[in-house]
Amino acid sequence: MRTLTWLLSSWLAFAGCALAVDAQEGFDDPVLNERYRALIREIRCPKCQNESIAESDAPVAADLRREVRRLIAEGASDDEIKTFLASRYGEFVLYRPRLTPTTLAIWAAPFVLLGLGGLVFWRIVAARVNQPLDEELPP
Amino acid sequence: MWRYVLPLAIFVGIAALFGVGLTINPNHVPSALLGKPVPTFSLPSVTDPDDLLSTQTLAGRVSLVNVWGTWCVECRHEHAFLVELARAGLPIYGLNVKDDRAAAIEWLSRLGDPYVTSGFDPDGIAAIEWGVTGAPETFLVGSDGTVLYKHISPLTRGVWERDFLPLLEEHCGPADCPFLAAVGGP
Amino acid sequence: MIPEFGQLALALALCLALVQGTVPIVGAALGRADWMALARPAAAGQFVFVAIAFGALEYAFLNDDFSVLFVAEHSNSALPVFYKATAAWGGHEGSMLLWIAVLAVWTMAVAAGSRSQPQEFASRVLGVLGIVSAGVIAFAFITSNPFTRLIPAPADGNDLNPLLQDPGMIFHPPTLYVGYVGMAVPFAFAVAALLTGRLDKDWARWTRPWTVVAWLFLTVGITLGSWWAYYELGWGGWWFWDPVENSSFMPWLMATALIHSLAVTERRGIFKSWTVLLAIAAFSLSLLGTFLTRAGVLISVHAFASDPTRGLFILGLLAIFSGGSLLLFALRARNFEAEGGFKLVSREAFLLANNILLVVAAGLVLFGTLAPLIVEAIGLGKISVGPPYFNLVFLVPAVPLVALIGVGMHTAWRTMPGDALLRRVRVPAIVAVAIGVVAPFVFFDAASVLTVLAVSIALWVCASSLLDPVRRLVQRTGAPLTRGQVGMCLAHFGVGVFMLGATVTSAYNFERDFAARPGDRIEAGGYEFVFNGVRSVPGPNFVADEGEFELRDEGELLAVLKPQVRVYQVQQQPMTEAAIDSTVLRDVFVALGEPLGDNAWSVRLRVKPLIGLLWLGSGLMALGGLVAVTDRRYRVAVRKTEHATAQPAPGAA
Repeated sequence: MRTLTWLLSSWLAFAGCALAVDAQEGFDDPVLNERYRALIREIRCPKCQNESIAESDAPVAADLRREVRRLIAEGASDDEIKTFLASRYGEFVLYRPRLTPTTLAIWAAPFVLLGLGGLVFWRIVAARVNQPLDEELPP
Repeated sequence: MWRYVLPLAIFVGIAALFGVGLTINPNHVPSALLGKPVPTFSLPSVTDPDDLLSTQTLAGRVSLVNVWGTWCVECRHEHAFLVELARAGLPIYGLNVKDDRAAAIEWLSRLGDPYVTSGFDPDGIAAIEWGVTGAPETFLVGSDGTVLYKHISPLTRGVWERDFLPLLEEHCGPADCPFLAAVGGP
Repeated sequence: MIPEFGQLALALALCLALVQGTVPIVGAALGRADWMALARPAAAGQFVFVAIAFGALEYAFLNDDFSVLFVAEHSNSALPVFYKATAAWGGHEGSMLLWIAVLAVWTMAVAAGSRSQPQEFASRVLGVLGIVSAGVIAFAFITSNPFTRLIPAPADGNDLNPLLQDPGMIFHPPTLYVGYVGMAVPFAFAVAALLTGRLDKDWARWTRPWTVVAWLFLTVGITLGSWWAYYELGWGGWWFWDPVENSSFMPWLMATALIHSLAVTERRGIFKSWTVLLAIAAFSLSLLGTFLTRAGVLISVHAFASDPTRGLFILGLLAIFSGGSLLLFALRARNFEAEGGFKLVSREAFLLANNILLVVAAGLVLFGTLAPLIVEAIGLGKISVGPPYFNLVFLVPAVPLVALIGVGMHTAWRTMPGDALLRRVRVPAIVAVAIGVVAPFVFFDAASVLTVLAVSIALWVCASSLLDPVRRLVQRTGAPLTRGQVGMCLAHFGVGVFMLGATVTSAYNFERDFAARPGDRIEAGGYEFVFNGVRSVPGPNFVADEGEFELRDEGELLAVLKPQVRVYQVQQQPMTEAAIDSTVLRDVFVALGEPLGDNAWSVRLRVKPLIGLLWLGSGLMALGGLVAVTDRRYRVAVRKTEHATAQPAPGAA
């Protein structure tokens, strides 16, 4: 997704960016703006009912957005920004769980389940391939 | 044969998870600072701009750090109890967040000032360092400079006895907490 | 008085549901025709009393009876009349009554439509529905009574949550519930089959149309919810992987798998245990959704006021219905094993792969939704699993699934030579990939590998779905397509359309927040926005700040957009109403944020290409289901079995 949004920026460059109208809640630079928008969608508002800070109207969400803008402007990487917020508000505020021994199962799940599915498919087909096809009955 | 029992087994597992889940409060998010040293911050005092509230101020003693603001309706509910704790000798420091200085001074003089010092944080910068999400919030800081506990919502006597006292009894050395005699449990 | 009548009616409905749920099933086991015959009258009686109860609640709302607690909490005298009526399901208690009412309607439909079925089977089906009804009515009565009085009655009510004062609120919950609750019907058929000990092709042919109808309502219900969130919440998003949204999506995935599994059972008489298991799973996930929404176990904007007591009760219902049926499955399903071979390249194999992928997808969504709960339950702290995870991870089963749809449609039953299959599908495949690789660059200047892949697959499914209809139209040879086949093509075409919309709107949507003053011209997203300021506008029960934006493309005025920020009189919370200019190719979306002082306002601008395809695709899926359900073979079969209805077989429980 991040590559998608990064490549999107070239489209934005053609589409034109905002004139310098006090872009309070974003960046004039389309690349930075895309990073900002992508990041704030991944940070959870710590006081809301399951909303990102991009969506939430809560004051703490506005504060966190301001922090993200400040950190981007200071040149911090996405990982550094997430670490900054997680060390103050907990892993809870990251919608994309970071890969740790605890979350390994969470990130491995799609492949494990797909693998199990493949196994089930193979066993069933292997059994059925050896069974008689029986004649085509009238519908 | 076991594959017919598997769905039931999976269901039992999920049901057990839900049973446990019913005992958990999903809205309770523990602080990320628990067991960690007090964050680095420095704020001028609300009442006296030359006075400072910083990480150093909190060092070497057991104290409470209380987040408040005059805009915070629920903060009034805990104010009287904070004054009581302060009178018993417990050092309480305030973080006055997103507030107007004059209003804050007026509030303290009208309702009583339980704080040794209150840090003035109009933009919420130090609040972010503390992982504050609103007010009222109260942190229990140990004499070794670590954050022992965080409570969100007004600090009442019930909360104090249930959540803070056990931690204090465990943490306090012989001379650390003289106030315990006055505000100890029943 | 009327609310008390409603409460009494609910109590009587509970009694009748208990009768409906026990006597016919015992009667089937004992072979007693008179006990089995109680099923339909009991169901009819339950329906009447549930209707009275629901009517009583509506009466209380429409007459501003604030002495009823639920009405006082969710209504207001200034609330427009149609919202007073829909406020009946604007909170937990009333929505449970809606759940019960919808189940009663389904039960009546099954009671009427099952006359052609052998009595020992039909009585078991109605019996299971009776048990479910009894459980849910008991839940409502004991923990969530909508008729509780509030004495003394307040002068006026709390007003309906402003977010719910919207046309979407009229249609989304009832449609969703018809689908959600409708999963109880195939569930009842499956359990009845387990109890009877028999499951054959006739069973599948009878079960399938009921399942498809419930499925299509669920499709429409979910789509309405997504569309409503999109235009109502003011952020331009349409799916948040919120636990409550996931709770409606998982039954949908299982129901889709169920429909396809029924196809195999109906045709070949195999995959019987799969079908029964999927039917149980679809309904269990519906109940699970009911649990997650109301038990306070997970945080969600959609969650009703949570209460662990209610949660415990629903957990109990889950244990009885899901646990009970899965126990029955463990004991009896092995009797359904049947022989029937097929090769790797065959429709059966593709449908099997399809179902496995759908189950994997549902499993992933379930796991992701419950993961934070699991981590916390074992004491490893609090984490969040949100859209970044789901968006990525869901692609793992979804992309192969959609790709396989295009192939599976053209396979023959039992076996098919691989090269014959390739010959059938290669033209649409080549065309789709050719367009898919080129189009994103032509229209949008840049594309990632994932975007190209997704667009190609979406176009591939569309082309593949049209292959047979177009061929028959052009060649005019061969038998005309049956409605079942037309429905299938339409629904699969809808999947492709949906996927195209989802891919393009996710990859190429433009979003930016600005601070604007009256007179400012903002260039963004390929358009020009002229801000003409904000003025105050009154509404029936709110006051709004309305902004005016001219949407221009190279000077030419395309539309005037008027987003509002409303403050409702009673609840005093500001609420955004976005202004959207929709065309087939894109939505332009403008929302007002807050005043920034000095006449400036924060403004949210979004341009969302091809987002209309999401709603169109879903609509086509539902339409496909509707067409398929009217296939001749369901209507002919009814007439055939009507002639064949015999004495009830001696109890084989």
